[in-house]
Amino acid sequence: MISDETLRIGVYVCHCGSNIAGMVDVEKLATFAEGLPHVVLARHYKYMCSDPGQELVKKDIATFDLNRIVVAACSPNLHEPTFRRAAEAAGLNRFLVQMANIREQVSWVTADKDEALEKAQAHLAAAIRRVAGHEPLQREFVRITPRAMVVGGGIAGIQAALTLADAGKEVILVERQPSIGGHMAMFDKTFPTMDCAACILTPKMTAVKLHPNIKMLTCSDVQSVEGSVGSYKVKVRRRPRYIDENMCVGCMQCIDGCVFTKPKFPNPFDQGLGLRKPVWIPFPQAVPPVPVVDPEVCLQLSRGKCKQTCVEACGERNAFRFDQQETIEEYEVGAIVVATGFQAFDPSVIPYYGYGTYPNVYTSLEVERLLNAGGPTSGKLVLRDGSTPKRVGIIHCVGSRDANFHAYCSRVCCMYALKLAHLVREKTEAEVYNCYIDIRTPGKGFEEFYNRVQNEGVQFIRGKVADITPVAGQGTAADGGLVMQVDDTLLGTIRKINVDMVILAVALEAQADTADVRRTFGISCSTEGFFLEKHPKLAPVNTANDGVLIAGACQGAKDIPDTVAQADAAAAKALVLIDSGQIELEPNTAWIKEDMCSGCMTCISLCPYKAISHDADRKIAVIDAALCKGCGTCVAACPSGAAKQHLFADEQINEELEGLMNYV
Amino acid sequence: MSEAFKPKIVAFLCNWCSYTASDLAGTARIKYSPQVRILRVMCSGRVDPAFVLKAFALGADGVMIAGCHPGDCHYIEQNYKTIRRHAMLRYFLEQMGIEPERLRLVWASAAEGQYLAESIDSFVADVQKLGALNWSANWEEDGQREEMLAEIVREHAAVMEVQP
Repeated sequence: MISDETLRIGVYVCHCGSNIAGMVDVEKLATFAEGLPHVVLARHYKYMCSDPGQELVKKDIATFDLNRIVVAACSPNLHEPTFRRAAEAAGLNRFLVQMANIREQVSWVTADKDEALEKAQAHLAAAIRRVAGHEPLQREFVRITPRAMVVGGGIAGIQAALTLADAGKEVILVERQPSIGGHMAMFDKTFPTMDCAACILTPKMTAVKLHPNIKMLTCSDVQSVEGSVGSYKVKVRRRPRYIDENMCVGCMQCIDGCVFTKPKFPNPFDQGLGLRKPVWIPFPQAVPPVPVVDPEVCLQLSRGKCKQTCVEACGERNAFRFDQQETIEEYEVGAIVVATGFQAFDPSVIPYYGYGTYPNVYTSLEVERLLNAGGPTSGKLVLRDGSTPKRVGIIHCVGSRDANFHAYCSRVCCMYALKLAHLVREKTEAEVYNCYIDIRTPGKGFEEFYNRVQNEGVQFIRGKVADITPVAGQGTAADGGLVMQVDDTLLGTIRKINVDMVILAVALEAQADTADVRRTFGISCSTEGFFLEKHPKLAPVNTANDGVLIAGACQGAKDIPDTVAQADAAAAKALVLIDSGQIELEPNTAWIKEDMCSGCMTCISLCPYKAISHDADRKIAVIDAALCKGCGTCVAACPSGAAKQHLFADEQINEELEGLMNYV
Repeated sequence: MSEAFKPKIVAFLCNWCSYTASDLAGTARIKYSPQVRILRVMCSGRVDPAFVLKAFALGADGVMIAGCHPGDCHYIEQNYKTIRRHAMLRYFLEQMGIEPERLRLVWASAAEGQYLAESIDSFVADVQKLGALNWSANWEEDGQREEMLAEIVREHAAVMEVQP
């Protein structure tokens, strides 16, 4: 035990209303603490984090000359800064404070009051013994590089980049595809106002291109991120476009001039429904308005032999660069907004819906392209054989709210399925059957839109579709007619509905490479696969990595208004970081007690940040505190106990262990 | 051991993943065994094997170390060092006459509050089956203390390639 007559510890037990006091006997806990060595006083109070609660601590420090503070309350992740500030305001070094977590780790997770008290006593005794070994420390700050990176050029990334740039900050926008715009650029109309997606998106895309503060990198992805908040060193991989963006004027004559006179290859932007040439542009309003060459199918790039009629068509503009190579560019940024979006669920894994087997079963994203005036059919909704559908079935919750695929609700499918029903009615006057589990329309103007679509004559069937089969006696599935078998729970009967087109309202899911992306940026994923926010309510765009913010559907399925709001929030948080100019770090770095170090160099190979070096003259290890991130691995490995860690010293942890084991 | 046996267990949780998971378990009001007392470290790599031995020496019946999943360490790769120390510790505990099952390594991400709670419960149940840590009895029960010590010397000799 650390025995020092000068130690004067004040202990504060928080009721947290009834959150703690309802399970832990706070009075007994405070009495227990009073009996522990060096404890001068132990109080319990309704809300320690409130102003009066903090005042209590401040007053006691002055009155009773306290020099250590222990607060038994919630997780230190929530209120440790609060009590550190309070102690500092009363003239005590802020690192002489320790918290005992008796809410998240005791009262909320324990069902028995006696056991809860026992565990709370152990945690509190541990904190009291630990704090005895605390030492005053200096606060440490690092400078923030006044530049931000936005990863992902969908509506979330576009919005975040514009907000940051409008605030006068330099922004690097990285987009994997040849054009920014993301999923929103694929849509025809947006619910519930039915404004045309392109009409509201393309002005923003152009604004990105023209903004003097934004550097836009398309055909690019982030390869690695080093450093930490305030100073990230990001390596961006730039894949060749084979056309010089600075020379190209966007006339598209190369596409006309390509040796392939007809488009021949599936266009990924049109979900493979339309065709394109080896030199192509995803959509007419693409930004930058520069074509891209597909090296897989371009004759020059794949076989090294072509008449290069495209280059001829380009003429004196001289924009073609067949010798372009992949390059790596490095940027230093202070904050990063990750806005990498979602991918649509692939319904071919659900055999009974027949997607991929029956040609007239479509995903919602495919139908978006068919309805889009810039799409493969110039906005005509047609079946594979070119005829207009007369009876259309729309199936909700495909991949969502299904224990076999995604348990979560994708939030937007009900509304976009209603939108598609409306558009199908408008364009084809077909009979439309929406088969739903529940209709979820919680948004501004959403319920009204649902009423409108109902009044337009769309039929709503409450039930899950069990099977889609070709119409009996009509030969192969390719002939068209389909039967949708649905359990109508309102009529209490199984219905078989003849349709000639089925639209699957597919779930929004995390991008396939989310695991790699999250590792690159040092952030986590929640169980459903989307990026994890720091706090679901109070820090919805922050992550565990202080300088990395998240926005849009990469954080969870959401619609365009929510995405835009979140993008602005992330931009604002990035601005807070950048404009504050500096950020405080935990001073929990490692250091070497020089007279104990034998220079064995065990620690050096353990440090992933290369913060430890060997001083050959003095034959000892030296730790660069600026590079140390405070994991403590070297401290645990040092055979002679020369490596130490502030705030996590061996003595402090050993004392904590004694407290956990000995008192209860 | 009767069913009433309540083991004392210490859990070392890393700040970034598993401690956050424990906070999440709390926020979600997931109940789990109160026998586990929690100690926060910045990284599972900070867990000095001496801490684990000290916990046993102080009367712990089991020790859990929880960190970020391999590949997800907040400090890039420090949990790999934890894997190595865990393997070393199990070997060492067995030689000392402590069942290696009394030490458990768990990976719990910041989102896995439920999983962490389940892991704690299953560990507590397993330690309950082992009963209280009764170190001296472990040596005496098989009555072959001399032989075990000789075996340790032989094993080391084999590993170090020297004559015993």
